[in-house]
Amino acid sequence: MTTVSVGEAAAAASDRRGGPVDRRLLRVSRGARTLLVGAVVVAALTAVLVVVQAFALADAITGAFQHGADLAVLRPTLTLLAAVVVGRAVLAWVADVLAQRAASRTSGELRAALMEHVVRLGPAWLSGERRAQVATLATRGVDSIEPYVARYLPQLVVAVVVPLVVSVAILTQDLLAAVIVALTVPLIPLFMVLIGLYTRNATDRQWRALSLLSGHFLDVVAGLPTLKAFGRAKVQAQRMAEVDARYRRATMGVLRVSFLSSLVLELLASLSVAVVAVSIGLRLLDGDLDLRTGLVVLILAPEVYLPIRMVGAQFHAAADGVSAAADVFTVLETVAPGSGARVDRPTGPIALQQVSVTYPGRVVVALPATSLNLTAGRITALVGPSGCGKSTLLAVLLGFLGPTSGQVLVGGVPLSELDPDPWRRHVAWVGQDPVLLGPTVADDVRLGQPDASDEQVAQALLAAGLDPVDLPSGLGTPVGDLASDVSAGQRRRVALARAVLRRAGVVLLDEPTAALDDVSEAAVLRAVRTLADDGAAVLVVAHRPALLNLADDVVELAAVEVLSS
Amino acid sequence: MTTVAATAVSPVRRLLPWLRPQRARLLLAALLGALAIGSGVGLLATSAWLISRASQQPPVLELQVAIVAVRAFGIGRGVFRYAERLVSHDAALRSLSALRLAVYDRLAIVAPAGVPAYRRGDLLERMVRDVDTTQDLPLRVLLPYASGAVVAAASVVLAWWLLPAAGVVLLVSLLVAAILVPWLTARAAAGGEAATAQARGRQQADTLTLLDGVADLVAAGAGRQWLDRLARDEQDRMSLARRSAWASGLAAALGVLLSGGAAVAMLIVAVPAVRAGTLPGVELAVLVLLPLATYESVFAMPAAALALGRVRGAAARVVAVLDTPDPLGDDRPGTTAVPAGDTPDPGGAARTTAGDVAGSPPALRIRDLSAAWPTGPQVLDGLSLDAPPGSRVAVVGPSGAGKSTLLAVLAKFLPYQGSITLDGVELRELSGDDVRRRIGWCPQSPHVFDTSVAENVRLARPGCSDDEVRAVLDAVGLGPWLDELPGGIDTAVGDHGAQLSGGQRQRLGIARVLLAGHPLVLLDEPTEHLDENTAELVAAELLRALAGRTVLWVAHRPHGLQAMDTKVTLA
Repeated sequence: MTTVSVGEAAAAASDRRGGPVDRRLLRVSRGARTLLVGAVVVAALTAVLVVVQAFALADAITGAFQHGADLAVLRPTLTLLAAVVVGRAVLAWVADVLAQRAASRTSGELRAALMEHVVRLGPAWLSGERRAQVATLATRGVDSIEPYVARYLPQLVVAVVVPLVVSVAILTQDLLAAVIVALTVPLIPLFMVLIGLYTRNATDRQWRALSLLSGHFLDVVAGLPTLKAFGRAKVQAQRMAEVDARYRRATMGVLRVSFLSSLVLELLASLSVAVVAVSIGLRLLDGDLDLRTGLVVLILAPEVYLPIRMVGAQFHAAADGVSAAADVFTVLETVAPGSGARVDRPTGPIALQQVSVTYPGRVVVALPATSLNLTAGRITALVGPSGCGKSTLLAVLLGFLGPTSGQVLVGGVPLSELDPDPWRRHVAWVGQDPVLLGPTVADDVRLGQPDASDEQVAQALLAAGLDPVDLPSGLGTPVGDLASDVSAGQRRRVALARAVLRRAGVVLLDEPTAALDDVSEAAVLRAVRTLADDGAAVLVVAHRPALLNLADDVVELAAVEVLSS
Repeated sequence: MTTVAATAVSPVRRLLPWLRPQRARLLLAALLGALAIGSGVGLLATSAWLISRASQQPPVLELQVAIVAVRAFGIGRGVFRYAERLVSHDAALRSLSALRLAVYDRLAIVAPAGVPAYRRGDLLERMVRDVDTTQDLPLRVLLPYASGAVVAAASVVLAWWLLPAAGVVLLVSLLVAAILVPWLTARAAAGGEAATAQARGRQQADTLTLLDGVADLVAAGAGRQWLDRLARDEQDRMSLARRSAWASGLAAALGVLLSGGAAVAMLIVAVPAVRAGTLPGVELAVLVLLPLATYESVFAMPAAALALGRVRGAAARVVAVLDTPDPLGDDRPGTTAVPAGDTPDPGGAARTTAGDVAGSPPALRIRDLSAAWPTGPQVLDGLSLDAPPGSRVAVVGPSGAGKSTLLAVLAKFLPYQGSITLDGVELRELSGDDVRRRIGWCPQSPHVFDTSVAENVRLARPGCSDDEVRAVLDAVGLGPWLDELPGGIDTAVGDHGAQLSGGQRQRLGIARVLLAGHPLVLLDEPTEHLDENTAELVAAELLRALAGRTVLWVAHRPHGLQAMDTKVTLA
């Protein structure tokens, strides 16, 4: 019924990963499990009503046609028929409400599980491209699971239960028709699988061709300012039309093959009804069958195939959801780095002993073997050329990353034995490009210290070199998303204020003065000195000379080495 | 078709011009779709007649036609559907190509200043997806409606021909199903929709904020705090969805009620007609089964209505792009004015030999310049600046002082108040393309196309040799990096340059400007991503490579600035 295009290919592609229903979905989501049970009950009741309706219709038609009955005689039959119709309508309503609620619940459960696990996996995992992928998955991706749960799953149940019940009803009426149905119904999944195997490459190519088309468009649109700068915009328009036409022809070639599966489905479904109808007609002609039986079988035969055809139509609605669900489970099955369990905080200096980091699958060492000590009250500066692993070292200290070799000792206890949450409450970190979560500046400074008063927040901001008066709306200035009225330099000072407010014992600062003018830089330097004087062990990644002058110790990281492979 | 025109709001109608050239294909697809659904109706109706007639045991020859028709309808449904899909997808893809080009053409005039999407990557991606979504208009809205309407009308005519009262019954029931039911369900859902959309929006915003700030959040030990916040958002959304579920179930229930009700109503009008002799008994089964078969075409309507909603949202955003006013108002073709100094000066800097980039370094003079991004605050206010030919001017100032805005104005991406002259000609009077032939702009984060390193650089001067490309890449300090790449300059840089760091990306952008040979070059914080030592080296090398050209260097850090002739500070 519904035209199926891109989605069909995706569904076919992801279908191959497992059965028609992702078992993992049922395991994670209570909403989906409840739905399946409810759907089976509703489908069974519906199937019974379909059968009763067929008998009532056949009775009414034969009564009037063969026995000349009038409406008065047919009243009980018509009343039964009307009751059945109302009953089917109520069941349809119940099924839909059940499915919608389960869908919204399932997407909620999946999103919660996803976000929880993402936070557990932490920022080291959620970097670069993956952040954008997870953002899409957590919003649009999980939303697209709703049609999958609301339409595809119940339809799948209906496609199993209804044909079964209706086939049994046909069997009680006419053996030959039942045999025809019994022979063709199993052919449908069989042919679907065979054709699926045959067109596997075609559907994969279709998916690729269509995404190439829109990927190319996105690339060109995103690069338009660049193209304009070099006067290439108009030339590119012509090239785009050519590329589009080429991709379109390729796509159509692929579609011709990948639409074959639904052709076979429709052909089998309607041809078997035709065969049943003709066989009934011929036997009626010979007097081997009565009209009522013939009509019952004729009305029931399409009902066997209709739910199966509808599954094909729901493929489209489900396809995005199937692949989104698979993506969610891929994330959920990613094992979070193991962590220690000690919740107490050992006192004493922090020592890095020959700590090095190499990301899995990379040849370049992210952090060459480094040793350093952090002591309360001292500022240690970390210097070295671009890309030598300074930010990586901070990530190790935060427990975002485990060292590939060497170890971090906190008061003599390996960091890997500490529970990361209490440890991080003891550590404050200001990244190169801090993100303010908001909704307001004050909320953001309170991050991790939700009970602080407005006055404490304002003092922390002042200590970080940012006078709240300089913000557009003071402490209430909105931050986050597009509505940011806060400049990059101000953002960094807000993040620094978090560290001040929390009075953390260890403070890690990643180039806190980059992109700041001289006045703001001086304010930040004062704040860093104060943090150290108040007893914090401060580690600061530094490029600028002013920061270096501030430091009590300077540690220089060696240039990166390339592993010979 | 008519139902759609009545319910569609204007943004959807604005898409129709791109469908019009595909009229013939779409009509053919609608016809094939109608034949496919019609075959289903024909199969059941003919079978009903065949069985009824056979029960009277006529000579077998009398049934031959019906038997052939039943088999033909049985084959027809699948075959017609297959053909319909091919024709409709071909038409949809063709009109989509045309719409993409139209969007591109408009963007080529108004981007980047006029389009907010250029401020954020995900918005840009959504815009492209919206354009793709519009292909659902023919595929999932217009064609199902059109072929459904044709089949419904044909069924009504058939019923009326058999028994006029039956035709009226079917017509009324179909009209209720096609018009009244959607209206009722839309009304029932209307109250909840706004609240649901709002809850969904809040949840999305919080989700994205959490993901953006996950490092800050986890480091501050506040992960649980935000997960709880998300859980509250989710609860709000779910309770709203629970409340609106009953309304969406209404459509399904009413559809079943109407199709079954039509069969009962048929019996009520047809049974007396059989007794009265106005309807032959063999046709009774045809009339009773006709609604059940016809309703299959109506059951596709809710899906089409859903698709229409999706298309409507996408169309509104696409149309907004097509309607974006040109922020400069002067980039129409034909307004190209030739500046006085545009003819190559034989005695001038001979480096500028690029095909479409030409001219000796112009004298740039800025007086009392003010500018702002559309819908943004005034960032530049009363700036004056002189850059004589071949001079190096540093523009410094804290972040947010308008440094990048100044460069966007000079690249003629933004309108301005005050005066900017190139060799005495007001920038306003020049076409954007003319300006950009003389002024090379190097943004902080230039776009890297999904192709090879060489092609990414070569777009600045098509046709130049690999050696020239390699030379400029060496000049910006990318040589060592290229040596490590498996395919050298022919290595593909992947989706939007995902394999490049911020610094590499920026130096690639500078290489483009070097290769193009613009006589005046705008550099936006060219050493931003580099550490102290590398920055000094790159700055020195850049200035050497740019010898002889006018350079406007924007920075908040001092590297390379000692070699500058003038320093302008923005507040």
